[in-house]
Amino acid sequence: MSKVHVTTTVNGDEVEFLAEPRQSLLEVLRDELKLTGTKEGCNDGNCGACSVVFDGTLVASCCVLGVEADGKKVETVEGMATPDALHPLQQAFLEETGMQCGICTPGFLISSKELLKSKPNPSEEEIRFWLANNLCRCTGYDKIVKAVQKAAAVMEEA
Amino acid sequence: MNAPTTPPPVKTEFDVVGTTPIRKDGEEKVTGAALFGDDIHLPGMLHGAMLRSPHPHARIVSIDTSKAAALKGVRTVITGADMPTLSSTVVAAGEGGEVNMQDIADNCIARDKVFYDGHVVAAVAADNKHIAEAACALIEVEYELLEPVLNVHDAVAEGAPVLHEDYTPGAFLFPTQKALPNAGRLFMEHGDVDATFDACDHVVEREFTTKSVHQGYIEPHVTTAVWTGEDTLTIHTSTQGGFAIRDFMASFMNMPMSKIKVVPMEIGGGFGGKDVVYLDSLAAVMAKRTGRPVKIFMSRSEVLRGTGPSPETYIKVKIGCNNEGQLLAADLYLLFEAGAYPGGPIAPGTMCALTRYNIPNVRLDGYDVFLNKPKMKPYRAPGATQANFAAESAIADLAEMAGIDPIQFRLTNALKPGDMMPMGFPCPPLGSIEMLNAIKNHPHYTAPLEGENRGRGISYAFWFGAGLASCAEIRCNTDGTINLTTGSADLSGTRTTLGMQAAEELGVDNDLITTNVGDTDSVGYTFQSVGSRTTFATGIAVISACRKLVEEMKKRAAMEWEVEGSEVDYASGVFTLKSDSSKTLSFGEICGKADHTGGPLIADASEFPEGVGFQIAANIVDVEVDVETGKVDILRYSTLQDVGKAVHPDFVEGQMQGGTVQGIGWALNEEYFYDEKGTLRNPTLLDYRMPTSLDVPNIDCTILETPNPGHPYGVRGVGEVPIVPPPAAIRDAIKNAIGVSLNDLPMKPGNVLKAIWEQKGK
Amino acid sequence: MHSFDFATPTSVSDAVAILAKEGSNARLLAGGTDLLIGMRVGRATPGLVVDAKQIPELKQYKLDGNGLQLGSAVTCRTLYEDSAVVDAYPALIESAELIGGMQTQGRASIGGNLCNAAPSGDSIPTLIVLGAEAVVIGPNGQRNLAVEDVCVAPGKTSLADNELLLTINIPAPAANSGACFQRFIPRNEMDIAIASVASSVVLSGDGSTFESARIALGAVGPTPIFAQGAGDLLAGKPVNEASIQEAADAAEAVATPINDMRGTIEQRKHLINVLTKRTLREAVARAKG
Ligand SMILES: Cc1cc2nc3c(=O)[nH]c(=O)nc-3n(C[C@H](O)[C@H](O)[C@H](O)COP(=O)(O)OP(=O)(O)OC[C@H]3O[C@@H](n4cnc5c(N)ncnc54)[C@H](O)[C@@H]3O)c2cc1C
Ligand code: FES
Ligand code: FES
Repeated sequence: MSKVHVTTTVNGDEVEFLAEPRQSLLEVLRDELKLTGTKEGCNDGNCGACSVVFDGTLVASCCVLGVEADGKKVETVEGMATPDALHPLQQAFLEETGMQCGICTPGFLISSKELLKSKPNPSEEEIRFWLANNLCRCTGYDKIVKAVQKAAAVMEEA
Repeated sequence: MNAPTTPPPVKTEFDVVGTTPIRKDGEEKVTGAALFGDDIHLPGMLHGAMLRSPHPHARIVSIDTSKAAALKGVRTVITGADMPTLSSTVVAAGEGGEVNMQDIADNCIARDKVFYDGHVVAAVAADNKHIAEAACALIEVEYELLEPVLNVHDAVAEGAPVLHEDYTPGAFLFPTQKALPNAGRLFMEHGDVDATFDACDHVVEREFTTKSVHQGYIEPHVTTAVWTGEDTLTIHTSTQGGFAIRDFMASFMNMPMSKIKVVPMEIGGGFGGKDVVYLDSLAAVMAKRTGRPVKIFMSRSEVLRGTGPSPETYIKVKIGCNNEGQLLAADLYLLFEAGAYPGGPIAPGTMCALTRYNIPNVRLDGYDVFLNKPKMKPYRAPGATQANFAAESAIADLAEMAGIDPIQFRLTNALKPGDMMPMGFPCPPLGSIEMLNAIKNHPHYTAPLEGENRGRGISYAFWFGAGLASCAEIRCNTDGTINLTTGSADLSGTRTTLGMQAAEELGVDNDLITTNVGDTDSVGYTFQSVGSRTTFATGIAVISACRKLVEEMKKRAAMEWEVEGSEVDYASGVFTLKSDSSKTLSFGEICGKADHTGGPLIADASEFPEGVGFQIAANIVDVEVDVETGKVDILRYSTLQDVGKAVHPDFVEGQMQGGTVQGIGWALNEEYFYDEKGTLRNPTLLDYRMPTSLDVPNIDCTILETPNPGHPYGVRGVGEVPIVPPPAAIRDAIKNAIGVSLNDLPMKPGNVLKAIWEQKGK
Repeated sequence: MHSFDFATPTSVSDAVAILAKEGSNARLLAGGTDLLIGMRVGRATPGLVVDAKQIPELKQYKLDGNGLQLGSAVTCRTLYEDSAVVDAYPALIESAELIGGMQTQGRASIGGNLCNAAPSGDSIPTLIVLGAEAVVIGPNGQRNLAVEDVCVAPGKTSLADNELLLTINIPAPAANSGACFQRFIPRNEMDIAIASVASSVVLSGDGSTFESARIALGAVGPTPIFAQGAGDLLAGKPVNEASIQEAADAAEAVATPINDMRGTIEQRKHLINVLTKRTLREAVARAKG
């Protein structure tokens, strides 16, 4: 089974790679493109550590094939900050201690970014509902929720 | 455990400690730049995979690896027979106990018998992990099935199949003694327990059970081994203790410790589960055979089947008091799973079950039970959560039976500073009475709770924590900045809390300090980041190194002023000549003059602190029970903890909240589900149900600070005790909501419903 | 994961041709949230994976006076982000919002949920009580079948290897009708149903009497169960707790659950009773507007 040539856009940059159809988007990002910010926690859709934005939609990249990325746009945690500044969510996760070990953090950031895109001013319940596909074992979620609330407030003002 | 010695008075005024700076490693963690265990790609690197036993107990008759080896892209296949023979198997484990290294080696890959569903029998290294997995499927293993032992009662029963013909009894915190064919034992008794029960006005007898739960770190185990020379090995791994991995590997590979370098990668959670070798020896042997680096990354189901968990337990409690509510006697019988090999957390569980109360007559009879499940691992306050659920629930029931207010009952019996402890020394300073009063006065506790099927519960918990060896090295640069290196893995921000202690001690700006986690070649031996010890024990090493550094810098200043070092004072970043306070040199100025005053400024320290500050915590929780479905909804949660001194209060809260939510998961839904054949049925995060963000409310934190005299700033360990109180608190709340007592964890909907039906007599 | 090839047909006819040639060697990939997970654990080992998402007909939906014509690969999230669909089919949205979390819903389709034929598939009871039809196409052309006839065993549908699901057609809601789906899970999110129930009702104009009702059950048998008798007995009955209890008892009676790690027979039957009552009450409330 031959490898497939894929052209895709990752964080605004056009990239090409060869992938076996069985490689997940997560694998391709990490192993072929060396974008290791996106993490693997379960490889079956349940932990959200591998969250990326795929074709404008929040997905678990372990549940997408790499070859499906052909002609699509992918956004990962590596694309959130600009050279000048962190994304308000990244800043808020730092200020509110929205992480401990940090393995879940890229997934939470991507997921929260999509939340604020669709609901700029979410309630605590809406945040908790949206983030339920992202598991964090360290924080108990409290400070993550507060970080998202803080970022929402900062982004509203901006 | 030794009695704390009398230390110098602790500091009470702080500049840096108690503030909440942004963590030093934070930016790279929010940008995805931080390199965790799986983020390393070495040239020529191969990928490993393991074949695991589907049987819980079997003799390996033969293994045929030929088809796997012939698969294109496969570079090597190994079995237990390919592992080096250990030259010494039984080693001292401190406190008079011993550990059998062969057990730990065999747990990585079975030699002649498999002892649990998921036990590794062979491993493959190949060009990619898909090929390695496919090759595993081609390995043919012939097993002779043996009768499995699947629960503690069967294991200790007469005539049970014996797992190990001979064994070295487990020694986790305290040693156990050889007692039964499948169990070691820890027995302690003081006073006359049986006679005292007859004199009690109220006696409660209960049986409790808890299920195995996993630490649940989101990052699976991963390691990469590379031979940098014929006899020099480097291991890149995410671990709670690089030195522990190095020392295990030296034993498993028959190598000098100095020839193995363990490079700690960022670690995605551990909670006690990541301080032992599972993969490193397999990767090292395969790397040796192929001459290429080998990485092995576990799948989630491998993590759940083959690592961790915390044991399933059975605990029988008998406890009695008089009409005044004074506890008089207690009798605990505890069966804790050890899993496939000795050494589960029976000892700490047994030892801290009742330690927070003064009880004159106590019998503790604990068993470390071997059966066909994975080798149990510590999980945050190992053994204490199970023991606390049982003991604290019995206490709650006893207080109710005696008709005494639950907090008053606990106040009457609380262990206070100066009271004699079961370990034979008086209790050091501890905010026990303050904490119990803090519950009573907590706005959550005093708020009315209305509504049907709603109830409020409380619980109170104790945990020891650890001291043990730590090293720190501090280096000043000529621009006045500082690099601090310790041997402690950073699981949650300890680079920051260690750096803050250095800044506090040196009286310099926290931003001048960059803290680094050293590899095993670059810093002195440091025990694992476990036992809530890092900020406490490694903090002491950091402070010691800082003190040495200041002494050295005083000498350097003295050289400038051509006086003795003793003529120089130091405070808040400024060196002053005692005899002429107009003569000053700043910290940075001395750093800048290092080359002219004797060379680079460095100092290091190695410490083995004894003055561990005990940890206590309490919970208040409101629940609502859906009596039609048995589902328990957490409405409000408050946790209180005595932390000695909060170095970084936000991080402290994070520990309290994270531990509490793990405790909630343990209480309500998490469990290992083995079928009658001994196969784990729920090795996924879909069916191993850890709390999601939608399952828990915000966790309100109350930090109490009773300084620990064993640390210069009064710091106690913080990380572990928060997991302990939730199960008992939630049981109490459910009982108060619907009048039904649950004595089995998890209190999942099915179990709650069953208990409701049983009570109704349905 | 095993090795396989990947095809991306851009029309229904191409897809049908591929399936005709490959038969059981090929599997359609909609959101992949079942298929890829199943392949990873070796539950499915197709030699060819056929992407459904480049086929326009499968990615579109149409809501009009006749109802909802739902392309089989339309994602759950697409559905509940359309307020017209939300207003017309609240029960369908309840199902769509329960299938996994946000990440899953951005990929998972209702068609995939149906074709995966899990006893616990959260959209299937709802589709049954809404009277949905599956439109299936194969080398011999198109055929329509009632949704309750799609699942035949755990993971098995009545579709032939060379057929694919084109659309799911849901009739427009009748006047004075309402429907509701609820499942029971131990957590509040991210779980598989221990038991689930969908109910739909049509009431008399004054809301006092059931004209008809449909009830379907999930996770209590080898396939989702159309509890036809339980719904039918409500026809002509007054809208009150006694009628609802009677239907719930009838629903419980046709549930055939097993004991497993997720729940026991007794618990599941009991939950069917509870959920039937809860969904019927809610469906009635919705019918009354
Ligand atoms: C984390 C997670 C949580 C989940 N939670 C839930 C849940 O709460 N409730 C629930 O019900 N499910 C759940 N699922 C399962 C899954 O998401 C749903 O069943 C989903 O609806 C499947 O849709 P899909 O588009 O991803 O299907 P796919 O995986 O693409 O396909 C499923 C099956 O249908 C076949 N198929 C797809 N399209 C067609 C077609 N047009 N014609 C013929 N065959 C076709 C495929 O070949 C495959 O066999 C969960 C999955 C994950 C990963
Ligand atoms: S790794 Fe993809 S969801 Fe866990
Ligand atoms: S911070 Fe460790 S899992 Fe979230």
